[in-house]
Amino acid sequence: MDSFFITVACLLLLTLMAGLWRVLRGPTAVDRMMAAQLFGTTAVAILLLLAEALGQPAMRNVALVFALLAVVTVMAFVHRAWPGDEPRHQQRGRHDDVE
Amino acid sequence: MGAAMTEAGLFLLDLLLVLTLLCLAWWSLAATDLFKGIVLFIAFGLVLALAWVRLDAPDVALAEAAIGAGLTGALLLTTLSKLASSIDNPPAKRSSPVLLWVLLVMLAAVLGYAIMSLPQQAQGLADTVASQMGNSGVEHPVTAVLLNFRGYDTLLEMAVLLLALIAAWSLAPRAATSCEMDEALTVSPIVLALFRMLIPLMILVAAYLLWVGAHAPGGAFQAGSVLAAAGVLALLCGKRLEGRLAGWPLRLGLVLGTAMFVAVAAAVMVGGAHLLQYPLASAGKLILLIEAAATFSIGLTLAMLFSGQRPSRGPAS
Amino acid sequence: MWNSLSIVLIMIGMVFFIAGTLGLLRFPDVYTRLHALTKADNVGLGFLVAGLMLQADSLTTALLLLLIWVLVMLAGAGAGQLVAQAALQRQHPVAKSQDDGRGHD
Repeated sequence: MDSFFITVACLLLLTLMAGLWRVLRGPTAVDRMMAAQLFGTTAVAILLLLAEALGQPAMRNVALVFALLAVVTVMAFVHRAWPGDEPRHQQRGRHDDVE
Repeated sequence: MGAAMTEAGLFLLDLLLVLTLLCLAWWSLAATDLFKGIVLFIAFGLVLALAWVRLDAPDVALAEAAIGAGLTGALLLTTLSKLASSIDNPPAKRSSPVLLWVLLVMLAAVLGYAIMSLPQQAQGLADTVASQMGNSGVEHPVTAVLLNFRGYDTLLEMAVLLLALIAAWSLAPRAATSCEMDEALTVSPIVLALFRMLIPLMILVAAYLLWVGAHAPGGAFQAGSVLAAAGVLALLCGKRLEGRLAGWPLRLGLVLGTAMFVAVAAAVMVGGAHLLQYPLASAGKLILLIEAAATFSIGLTLAMLFSGQRPSRGPAS
Repeated sequence: MWNSLSIVLIMIGMVFFIAGTLGLLRFPDVYTRLHALTKADNVGLGFLVAGLMLQADSLTTALLLLLIWVLVMLAGAGAGQLVAQAALQRQHPVAKSQDDGRGHD
């Protein structure tokens, strides 16, 4: 059973490596960001599998932290760092007070 | 499916991890598109956490997860948005590749020599720590080392964090005293729903990580980072924490961890012990007290560093 | 018995992870790629977690696994909405035929 979990973890890591192609190629920032988001879920899956296979419950806490904080980076991306054209209706920077 | 297959699978997994890490590190450094570099660095953090787990360092993996997912990505993306208007990516100047390769080979040789000259059977301090665990007041060796055996180092780290914030504030513009939400930011109901559901959970998980640190991987820095991520999420959702938290309550919160640490360190000397030499009976409680204060201060300090603005002197009206 | 059920569930989850990655790589625009990757988040991790819950040694572990899945779903759903909304606001093109989704308009 353990070796099955580890095999699946390896396969998941391979899908992560394949997804890197999307990060490298883009073409837009959203595409790269979405790939990173998928990697987060993949990392959670790998951690859960390894926690079971290796009998290390602490790994589940690492997965918990990843799952809990997955939103933060996407939120920063959507609200702050979407490069290129600004949304049509407004400029939403909060850095205009920095001169 | 025997143990041999498990071993082979783990070897393959480690190999893939190392390969992915090296590729990610190289690509994120070599990326001329800064955004691409950031996303690659975020992915690097994810895979690095997996690597720490495989190196039997779940404490470091937890810290990497909390800081990587909760702070670094958001910090780099925000920084990029502030840079974007001021610089265009300059075309990379190609220096002589020969020189580059000579330097690379020299560095690789030095690092290789350092690794090869490591003793084969390093004793380490694991046995010493294990034999002294009974005197530490906690059951998790990492916490015992950080808060008790080498508590002095952790105390100085807390002070360094505080100094970093003071340095950042001395360079930062003063924040507006307004307490309301960012006017320009139209907050969608999705953001609000995520915010309302996740913030309490983050605080709860931070408390859990702090508590679990006494007997398993976790502790003040991990918990503080999760707490900071909650602050970062609030800032990203348009809450003006700088306006809300100002004046002496904020400053008290920031120094609380260091102050508590120093207070405990000094208080035990009254009983004739050395600096930071906790009495055995109350060591566990003292460590929890220090860690609770430290968690709060670390979370607040990191969130303030993310905000990058110096809050006003007085509280907002 | 439980073991084989676990294996089947995890395999199904794995298929969704592979499908999600393929979709991310092969689909033509932001919106379809988003669709593909949220399948990995929700269904892929869901089946995997279900398979692992059968192996869990205690109720706490099983509940922790469930919590992690719910959190990932929450993040996936929220982030998917936010990204799609923002992409629409910025008028990211919807692919028709050979468009590679490049954000010029």
